[in-house]
Amino acid sequence: MSSVPVSAYLTLALILFCIGLYGALTKRNTVIVLISIELMLNAVNINLVAFSKFGMIPSITGQVFALFAIAVAAAEAAVGLAILIALYRNKKTVNIDEMNDLKS
Amino acid sequence: MTFSGELLAFLCLALVAVIGGVLLLNLTKVVHMVVALVFTFISLAGIYVLLSAEFVAVVQVLIYSGAITIIMLFGIMLTRHNDTSEPKGGTLKKIFLFLGVLGFGVAVYIGIYNLDFNPQATTLHENNTEQIGMALYSKYIIPFELTSVLLLVALIGAIILAKNDNKKEADKE
Repeated sequence: MSSVPVSAYLTLALILFCIGLYGALTKRNTVIVLISIELMLNAVNINLVAFSKFGMIPSITGQVFALFAIAVAAAEAAVGLAILIALYRNKKTVNIDEMNDLKS
Repeated sequence: MTFSGELLAFLCLALVAVIGGVLLLNLTKVVHMVVALVFTFISLAGIYVLLSAEFVAVVQVLIYSGAITIIMLFGIMLTRHNDTSEPKGGTLKKIFLFLGVLGFGVAVYIGIYNLDFNPQATTLHENNTEQIGMALYSKYIIPFELTSVLLLVALIGAIILAKNDNKKEADKE
């Protein structure tokens, strides 16, 4: 039926998720951290769409879920960027190491 | 696994996606990182087309490689970037994080590498947008409307958070 097995798609999603996770944990610039989180959300969307085609009961539900995830990710990006700009206005930096106000 | 056009397309798109991700990790200039990620987003749209999800693919191009990339570029330009985000030291922490992420990846890969559900023939590729519309406006109408509320809240919240309130603080003092 299909020549590409489901595990290939899942492996691609896993690789992208790991790249996003590593970037979110190591990068110093807050914008890059935000965009790494977007990459992780995107990797999860691949899983949703792949299971909507290759799952036990193939149906459109996975794609609808992926659309909802994209909408929520867009809202999250906007709010995250607004927080970033507010922080930048107060601290004049986007370096994530210097955003340690909660540390007494 | 027989060699076919679908496999070739999948391999090319997956390669471009992973290269974009690796460039995100390795480039030094912030703007270049964001542009590298556009390659990943667009090739993921191709992956969605292979998975017979044309509408999701179009939404991916519109939202991710359009809106989110542009909003991130705005974020970079509105904040003073030092142009390079080179970390100072912390190599040990990086190595530990890399090992941790690698361990996570291996653990999940063991779970998925020979996963198979005996896929049946699907009709997802026929009138894909119509099927999504039907599902969205009948079965998922309440989450759909809640999403509009969520977007409104995010819009207002983002404006209020990013609003310049220097004048109010000056009045307070």
